[in-house]
Order: sequence, then structure tokens, then C-alpha cells
Amino acid sequence: MATYKPVVVQAFPKLGERITQDTVYWRGYKTPVQIKEFGAVNKIDFSPVSPYNYAVTASSRIHIYGRYSQEPIKTFSRFKDAAYCATYRDDGNLLVAGSEEGSIRLFDVSGRAPLRQFDGHTKAVHVVGFLSDKYRIFSGGDDYSSNLWDIPSATEIVSYSEHTDYVRCGCASKVNADVFVTGSYDHTVKLFDARTKGSVMTIEHGQPVESVLLFPSGGLLVSAGGRYVKVWDVLKGGQLLVSLKNHHKTVTCLCLNSSGQRLLSGSLDRHVKIYSTTSYKVVHSFNYATSILSLALSPEDETIVVGMTNGVLNVKHRKPEERKEKPQKKRQPAYRTYVKGRTYMPKQEDFCVSKPVKRVLRKYDKLLKSFQSSKALDAVLEPPIRLYTPEVTVAVMQELHRRGTLRSALAGRDEKQINLLLTFVARRVIEPRFTPVLVTVADMITDIYQPVVGQSAIVDRQFLRLQEAIGKEIDYQEELLEVLGMMDTLFATFTKKRATYLEEKKSNGLTETIETKMNN
Amino acid sequence: MVAPAALRVVRCGGSTLHGARAVFSADSKYLLCASGDFVKMYSVATEETLRLMGGHADLVTGVQLNPHNHMQLYSSSLDGSIKLWDFMDGIPIKTFTVGSKLLALYALASSEDSVFVVIPKSGERDTFQLVSVKLTKAAGQDLEARELSVVLDGVDASPKCIAFGREVYSPFGGEYVASVKEVNLQVYFFKQKQLNRFSVSAVKTKSGNNRFTCIACHPTEDCIATGHADGKIRLWRNFHHKKEYTFSTLHWHHDTVMDLAFSMEGTNLLSGGVESVLVLWHNESDCERDFLPRLGSAIEYISMSSDGTLCCTLHTDNRITIINSNLRFSKSIQGLIKSTDVKTGLVVDPRTKALVLNGEPGHLQFYCLQSDQQLFSLDIVQRQYIHQAGLNQADLVKVAFSAQGKWLATVEEREEVTDPELQLKLWFYDEETQSFKLNTRINMPHEDHITDMCFRDMDELEDDSLILVTAGRDCVFKVWVMVEDTDPEAQQSVSWSCDFVGSYHNYQATNCCFSEDGSLLAVSFEETVTVWDSVTWDLKCTFCHPPGKIRNICFGRLTCSKYLIGATDYGFLCCWNLLSCALEWSAHLNILVLQPDPLSEYIAAVSWLSKESSLFVFKPNEPRPIYIQRNLCKEKIQLAAFVPRDEPEMIGSEKYLWLRRSQLFFLTDTQELMTLSTKSLEERLTPSSKQLAVEESLPVTPFSLLLGKHRRQQSQEDIDLGKLVVRNKHEQDSPAVKELLHTPAHVLPSASFLCPIFINSLLISKENKSAEEVADEVEMESEKTEDDSDEERDVTEMEQEDTSPMELLGEITCKLSKSQERELRKIRKMDYSWISAF
Repeated sequence: MATYKPVVVQAFPKLGERITQDTVYWRGYKTPVQIKEFGAVNKIDFSPVSPYNYAVTASSRIHIYGRYSQEPIKTFSRFKDAAYCATYRDDGNLLVAGSEEGSIRLFDVSGRAPLRQFDGHTKAVHVVGFLSDKYRIFSGGDDYSSNLWDIPSATEIVSYSEHTDYVRCGCASKVNADVFVTGSYDHTVKLFDARTKGSVMTIEHGQPVESVLLFPSGGLLVSAGGRYVKVWDVLKGGQLLVSLKNHHKTVTCLCLNSSGQRLLSGSLDRHVKIYSTTSYKVVHSFNYATSILSLALSPEDETIVVGMTNGVLNVKHRKPEERKEKPQKKRQPAYRTYVKGRTYMPKQEDFCVSKPVKRVLRKYDKLLKSFQSSKALDAVLEPPIRLYTPEVTVAVMQELHRRGTLRSALAGRDEKQINLLLTFVARRVIEPRFTPVLVTVADMITDIYQPVVGQSAIVDRQFLRLQEAIGKEIDYQEELLEVLGMMDTLFATFTKKRATYLEEKKSNGLTETIETKMNN
Repeated sequence: MVAPAALRVVRCGGSTLHGARAVFSADSKYLLCASGDFVKMYSVATEETLRLMGGHADLVTGVQLNPHNHMQLYSSSLDGSIKLWDFMDGIPIKTFTVGSKLLALYALASSEDSVFVVIPKSGERDTFQLVSVKLTKAAGQDLEARELSVVLDGVDASPKCIAFGREVYSPFGGEYVASVKEVNLQVYFFKQKQLNRFSVSAVKTKSGNNRFTCIACHPTEDCIATGHADGKIRLWRNFHHKKEYTFSTLHWHHDTVMDLAFSMEGTNLLSGGVESVLVLWHNESDCERDFLPRLGSAIEYISMSSDGTLCCTLHTDNRITIINSNLRFSKSIQGLIKSTDVKTGLVVDPRTKALVLNGEPGHLQFYCLQSDQQLFSLDIVQRQYIHQAGLNQADLVKVAFSAQGKWLATVEEREEVTDPELQLKLWFYDEETQSFKLNTRINMPHEDHITDMCFRDMDELEDDSLILVTAGRDCVFKVWVMVEDTDPEAQQSVSWSCDFVGSYHNYQATNCCFSEDGSLLAVSFEETVTVWDSVTWDLKCTFCHPPGKIRNICFGRLTCSKYLIGATDYGFLCCWNLLSCALEWSAHLNILVLQPDPLSEYIAAVSWLSKESSLFVFKPNEPRPIYIQRNLCKEKIQLAAFVPRDEPEMIGSEKYLWLRRSQLFFLTDTQELMTLSTKSLEERLTPSSKQLAVEESLPVTPFSLLLGKHRRQQSQEDIDLGKLVVRNKHEQDSPAVKELLHTPAHVLPSASFLCPIFINSLLISKENKSAEEVADEVEMESEKTEDDSDEERDVTEMEQEDTSPMELLGEITCKLSKSQERELRKIRKMDYSWISAF
């Protein structure tokens, strides 16, 4: 015997962006905090140790911000000209920065004056960094050279002058203390081993390289330059794995998230794209106000800091995990009564009486079950259902129509209710998923309440609004049809042309080759 | 060697179960009901068909237990005979030939040797009379029963329109028969020979008129309940008087009351109608009623078992529902649902080999042909069905299975004035739950009705080759493919989406069909057949030979796979060669159904010519048919299907070789499911030899069992007095207590009644704890009693010395009683006062 079947509320597939785990994750940030710096922010680096302060290099200053501070907790401003690439050491105690005048300075995070100064570059140093043994520093300068420095003695260990253009980015391997890569505007990325005299590997990126990144495993290398982000397999001798072209302006910065599962790229086109490192598909993307120069993600992805060309620092903090607050503990039965009989195993001759599962019906279903059409319609016109789940309201209307009782359910309503109904219809009738049902409803309402038109100003206004909404929609559809017609003609000509072109090519295949030969 | 029998057309799939009211056997274990030409016996407990009693030559119209022998059954049929059956053995005992059509049968306990039947009045059309037939007690199987006496004239033909009242007990008024027709009620009293006529004024309201539809008589009181077409129930009283009669009205049904039944005690009235709700009216009052809603389809008949514990309803969709007395659904016996219009066609489920077609509204029934029962019913529409006339509700129109039965595609539509509501649903067979699970639902797959749908049938290939094609009246055909969610992090799931839309000169697409290897798709657009490559979706060629719209197309199979067969509505059957793209042959035949056998190259075509259907079986490579059966049946054949046999049948004749691998079933426009059989009638009707046990005595209630046991016990004690039988405590005791505890509380008498029994049962058990103990006690007691009796005897001797015979007598009794007297005394001590209550 059949039981009552509840009204089927049609679920429509969401158009546009699909909600995935990633979108949920990356949307979980609060509204950004904007901090104004003195110039374009060229580097942001998070301290690898708690409390994860971050150093922001902009203009001639290096600001260190605390996790939630809006004001810098420390400033290094001993630079005559612009400072570049302030980077923390692994232990978070030392900070190194290059500068426009060519010197590299090493700071103690707690101190103010530089501990060491490395002079040797003749032009601006845009990239510096610690090797993973903590005692050496690599740097790259606009004098085309990449140097290696010893911290204790403040001397140059080795200088590679292999690049043929500015060296603007670099990265040290976390696995091997001797290995680092630098990227240059000469379209190449070079891998250096401190134990050798020259570069170990050269990777041709194809565009001026703006940023390079080594995966924590050291096996994969990501380079960004021009509109491309390219992933290379270092262990296979620099083979190209993927080339991603998702930005429409130069990609300026790269960053990995804390788990290494996602790669972030920032670009001058004001977007930050997040890729999955397994499929290299864009899983999410952020939008910013101006072009992005630098980007950093704090450990545990707690904070995303983005530096812009106009000197604005955009800081986003992750929303605190929604702790499910335990509901007020209801007085539950004592433990003994709770477990009573739970462990009892029925014997063979026992007669088991199963408790029937109680089906909970929604209010409108209960009313529909007892054939109370008017009340069911009232129930789905309650504010929460009407406003947030209009599909339920429409589904019940459709069900009533199916039962042939929609007219009687709509009839006999007072001014307030008609107003409510008409508001709903006028608002939703243009939604394609609701249109078929709501057109019928609107038809019936006008039929039923035709005699009372003119008696109430409110109802009349609603009728006018409905008319206006439908009129607008008709105009819109007409416009769409026009566009469609235009596109059809375009497509028709296009396909025809292509067809003829193909034919020509087939027929002229021989002559063409001859022609090219002659040209040669 | 048996000579090859001619091919016979056999009706199968069971007949309608609602020919007449069903009857419960006296012990309520079996249910007997008329089904076509047969009487079927079902087990109430297991829903199994136990016996099929055949013998009538036409539809069975009435089934009644013999009131004088509850092991026997009367059945009447349109062939004009009444048969008396021993239904436990399925043997016909006697056949009484009446001579005219029998439309209803009634048997009364009071009339010793006659039954009542409704027969058409001779010489007049559409007039019927109720006559009593005297059943002669002469020996012999086939008897003539020509002794008819007319009881009532001008009765309705429906068996629901006559009821007999006060069969059992009649202090006043006596037995009567009540009959309704149109707006008239007539009551005939047998004793007084008085006929009272009443009528309700014919009123036509919006919901229908108030003519009578059914009648039921109260079993103990003088009360008649009548049901009306406008949904009212009237209770008539005082109908002995022609003028001072009264009636009260009960109204709940919004449509025709289809049947009424009083409970055995007459306290409750059951009614049912088109709403498929069984209504239980308490104490004949308008406000106290209970409902059993959503029984599936309109209730045709209601019948009660004689002990009042069960009730059964017969429904229009060929179903019997058995309902407990407390209005709880208990069992249902489902036959083949014959809906008015089988839109889905006959489809064979490749997994179960069951026949799949429209079932209940919005459901798909899987009907097992071998066991003649419904395997299951799949809810496709998943919406509440409102049982109300004139409502436009969604129904299933197309069904297709993939080759392995893994996928099922269904199309449901709801006819709407402006635009039809269409839904294409794809179901996946879930191995775990062993049922189909909804995978994808596509709203409005086409802008107009879908005319045909087929899967690419490829057994050996992988899932990704699975393609569904739908052809629509909106001039396109669409190709649907499975799409896997490519995101590795998302959970693996597949869904269906449209891959290709094809059209041809803006003609309506009418049929589609894949070739056997799946490489070609043929789609017919009105008068043209187009052939498409199923990989690139290029139009390969078109066929348009004779004028006329294409009705059916199909590809040849196996050795004939290069042929494409098409039938047009101008009466041509054409066969095109796909290699030469030319017409191979054509025949002038008005083909209605074209059905290829999936296991062989044979194709069956059913034609309709001058009021008879003919069957042609042919191979596409030769224009001459292999087998022709003219005059297959008189009705138009709508649909046909080849059902693969479990094992190839041994067929002697070359002519019927095409029936070896599969069996052909077809459905006529009167919803009769038929098949072709080579077996002779005797082979088909192998009698079942099930031994059935029925309790010889009339059934007893649990309480009467308990009482009976006690009485028997006591009488036993009285009989073997003195014999001290050592009985096991449990053996003797537990049943009594068990009965007491297991009897439903509401049928038990008050506790004060039961207390003594219970205590007594305990007492007895204690007494018989061990034989020795009892013996000791007896010794001691007997000594005492001996002393007593000695003294007494002395006295009596002294007093009554002269009356020696008396004394002798007394002495004898005394001697007899010795040890038993105690028992007697004990019995005397017992309180039997509660028996007086009975």
C-alpha cells in the first residue's frame, strides 16, 4: 500500500560557478584589510616561525607587520633608495634585503641596524634569499650576475654571470643546500649548484621570467613570465610539464599554499588564480582592485597578503572555524535508562516488534495530504519559504494546478493576500524555471480578481508592476532573438566560408607546396 | 512422435480478478475469486495461487460457498451453468445447466436446495430477473436445473445491486431480498410475499446523480444500506411499511460508492469507491469513521470473512487487498494491471525477462509471465496520484532498457493545453538494493511529445558506448550520452547530457532504431527514413520509396543485418538493402506492428485487414514469409514483444522454428495479453497436485478454544475418574495459560470471569506435581473418608434397615466413589458460576 508522496520540489542545476570544496575553502576569508604603503609592494615574506609576522618591502622601507596589526610593528628604513626582496631566514631571526644601490643588507629581526652588508653587485639587487644551510645567501642583480655570499665573513663565494639580462627572481632549494635557481629577463631560468662553476641547467621559459618557485620536494619548478605559468620537471632534465595560460597580463608572483596542494599566481590583470597541483586546473580565483606585484600566504593559509602596484597592501584573514556550539544540553534520561535493553540480543523465539519510522512531513505536505489546498498555499506563502525557497512555493502551486484546485486556492483572498501573491508572481515570473507555472497563476489571478480591479490602490499597483515586469521580459526576449538572428547569419556565412576554404585547400594542396618551394 | 499441433492463440497474463465478489473459505485461510473463466483460490497467508478451477466455458460471474457444506463452492458463469466444487481438491462435483446466461449468484442458508441467480428476461433486451433455481439432488455429474421460479423482476444485472437480508434469525419480518435499479429500491419479503417499492427522486447534481449503485443488508437488524452514484450512502429502516419508512444519509465519498459491506455483527459498515479509500463507518453514524487511504485504485468489491477478522477489496487494477479487521493493510495479490492505454509498449526487461509495461498510474510494472504475478512496480512519476476523474496527471509514455538492463530510460508527460510537461528520466540498476535508482532527470528534453526512444544496443562494449536517442515531434532527434564528472577530486558520478541534435527538413521524427552493431542509426521523418553514422553523426543516406508516413522501422539481425525494414501507413512493407541503398522488395500489407526477434533474424509483422489481424513471420532476405497465420484474433493488435525463452523449446515442425528461441506475446486493443503456443490444451493444463489441509470443524475463536479445552479437560477428568494420570505440568498447563495470554485483550471477558480458570489451572497443576505425593495424600484422605463413611454408613444402616434395595444401591455408589468422591468434591468446590453467563 502506498504512503503519501510528498510534493517533489524540482532541484535545478546551479548555473555558473560550481561550488566545490575549493570555493568553500577559499571563500572562507574575511573582508580584506587595506594598508597603504609608500610605494609599490615588491615583496611580502612571512616569517616561518610563529607568530608569523610578515615583512613587506615597499619603496625604501621594510615593514614588519604582526598577524593582526594594521600598523607595522617594526620598520627597517636604512635604505637610500628602494629596498627589494626582504626575506626571512628559516629560523625567522634574520632578514635579508637587496637594494637599488646594489648592496645587500642582513638584519637581525630584533635589531635595527644591519648586521652585515654585502657589496659586490654593481646594479640594483632585486632578488636575495637564504640557502637552506642558513649560512649562505644567494642574490641576483640587474648587472646580470647571480652571486653567492657567505654570511659570517660577508664575502662573495662565487659569482655566476651567465644570464644575459636582469635577474629578477630566484629561489633556493629546500632539499639541497647548494642548489638555487634564478630567473632572468633573458627568458631563461638557470639552476645553479654552489659546488660547480657554472649553471647546472637552463630552462627556456620563453618570456621574461618574473617569478620562480621550487616545490618543497625540489623536483618541480614553476616559472612565471609573460602571461604564462610553466611547470617543469627538474629531475627529468627540465622537461615542460604544463604550461598554464590563465591570466591575460603578465604574471608577477607565485606562491604555494601550506599543504603544497595549491599553487597561487598573481598577475598585473588584478587576479590571483589558484591551481590544483594535481590537475593544474584553476580551482578558484580572487579579484583585486589593482595590478598585483607580490603575494604571500601564511602558514596554515591563515592569511593572504597581496601587494599592489599602487602601494596598497591587501590582507585577508581566514574566518575563524565555525565552532559548532553545543546546543543547550537537554535533560537527557539517565545513562542507565538510555542503555537499557540496547545490548539485548533477541533470542530465536523472540518476537521482535520494530518501531515504525515516523515520517516527518512539511506543513504544506500535511495540508495537501488532507486536501486543504487554500491552507497549503497559505503555508508556502509564509515569508521564509516565499523569500528563500521560492521553488517550494512554485512546486506547491504546480501541484495544486495538477490537482485542479489552484483556482479555488487562489480565490477568496483579501487585499493583503492578493498583494503578497502578486508581489511574488511579479518578482518571479521572469525566472525561466518558474515561468510556466507562474504564468498560469498570473492568468488565474487576473481572471479571478478582474471584477475588483480599481477598488484597491495597492492591488492595482501590483497589477501594474506585474504588467511592467512582463513587458520588460518580452522586450528582453525580443532583443535576444534579434541577437540570435544576427549570430545565425554570422555562423551561416562562417561555415560556408570554411567549407569553401577547405575545398580550396584540398584542391590546391599540390600547387601550394610548389609555391612555398619557389619562395624558398 | 506427436503430430505437430497447429499453433494456437492462448490468452495469458490472467484475467481480471474483479468478476465477482471474492469469498473467504470458512476458516478464512483461503480466498476464492472469479477470474475470467476460472475460479482462483489463493492462500490468505502466503498470497500464493493454490488452485485454478477451470471448467466454465465463459466468464465466471458469481462465487458462493455452499451454506450447508463449507467445503463446497457454487460458481455461476455466463455459459449458463452452475458448478458445485470441492475447492479443497479442485474437483467439480456437479454441474447444473440452467440454460440462460447467469449474471449473478446468491446462496442462502435457509433455502435448502435452491440458489438464486440473475438471468436476462427472455424476449426482452437489458431486462433482468432474479430467479431461484432448484438444484436437484439426483445422482450424476451433469444435471439439468430447469426449475426456475421468478422472485423479482426488473433487477439490475450487476451482482452488487441485490442483497439478501436476515438470513439467520428472523422474529419479525423474516427474510427478504432487496434490489436496486436506477433510482428504485424494491424489497421482497419471502414469508409475507410482499413487495415494497421505494424510490429516491432523481436529482442531478454537479458530482453526479443519485441513482443507486450498490446495496447491502444488515446481518441482524432490519436495515438496508444503499450506495449512490453521488457518493452518498443511505441507511433504510422500517421498510416493512410502504409509507412510514425512514432513511438516514452518510456522506463522505465524493464520487460513486462502488461497494458496501456490513461487518459480521453489523456494527460497522465498510464502503469503498473511486477514491480508493476504504471507509469504515462505526455504528452507522456519520461522524465516527475510519479510513484506509491510498489503496492504489478504485475499489470494485468489498467482502468480509465469516469470522469477521479479515476483509478483502477487489480493485479495478486487478488487485486483491486483504485487510485486517482493525483496518490495517495486510496483504495484496496483484495480477497484471491492465491500464486503459498501454503507452509504453511491451518491453522485455533483459535482466528478469519480465514483461514491462504501464502499471498503476505513474508506475512501471514488471510482470513475470511464467508465474503470472507482478514482480515489482517501479514508481516513475513519484507524485501523489489523485483519484479523481477529469484530472490531468503525469503518466508514463515511453520506456527503454539498455541491452544488459543496467540502464532504464523513461519518459513521462502530462498533457497540458498550452505546452506538455515532459520529463526524461534515466535510471541505473543498483546491484546492492536490486532496484532501479534515479540517475538523471531531464526536464523538457524535447519541445513536443517524444515519439520514440532507443538505446544503442551493444552487449559486449563498455559503458561509454551507451547512447540514448529520442525522437520528438518537434522535428528533431536528440542523442544523449553519459558524461562522467572529470574532476578527480569530486566524487565519481555519471550523468546524461545531450550530445547531438539532428533534424531533417523540419519533418517530425517518428521512429528511431539502431542497427545491431550500433554503427548506424535509422530515424524516420514522416515519409523519409534517414540513416546516420553513429560515430560522426553524418547523414549517410535517405530512403523514401513509397508514399505514406513511416509507421515502424527496424533493422535486420544476424545474417540479415544489411536490411532495413519499414512499414508505412499506406499499407506497404518495404525492405531496403543498406549496401546498395536500393529497395530490395516490398509488399502490400497494412502492418500495425513490426517486431524483430532479438535472438534470431526473424521478424514478426502483424497486419490488420478487414476486421481481423494476421501474423506474418519473415526473414528480411527473402520476401516470402516463413509463416502466415490469418485471423489471429478479431481485435486489433496494438503491441507485440518477443520474450526470450529460458531454454530453446523443442519444436517438431519446421514451420514453427521461429518460435524456438523466443515466444511472441501480443496485446490487443481490449487489453488482452495473448501468446502463440504449439502445445496442446492438455499439456498446458497440468493439474496441480497440492495437498491442502482444511480444518474440518468450523473455526473457533481463541477464547472458545480455551474454553473448549477446559471443558474437554473436565469431561476427561469426569470420565477417567480414579485414574490418576501423571501429566507433565507444562504439557497440561501451558496451553491454557498461553491461550489466555494470547487472546487479544478486547475480546476477553472481564477479569473476574477469567480469574477462576487461571487459578484452577494452577491448582490442577500443583496437584499433579508427582504421582507419589498425590498417592500419599490420597491414602491419607481415603482413610479419613473411609472412617467418615463408615460412621455414616452405620447411621444409614440403622435408619434404613428395611429398604435393602435402596441401601444396596447406595452401597454400590459408595463403593464406586471411594477414591473418586474426593475428585467429585473437588469439582464441586470449583466455581462454575461464570458459565452461567453464556
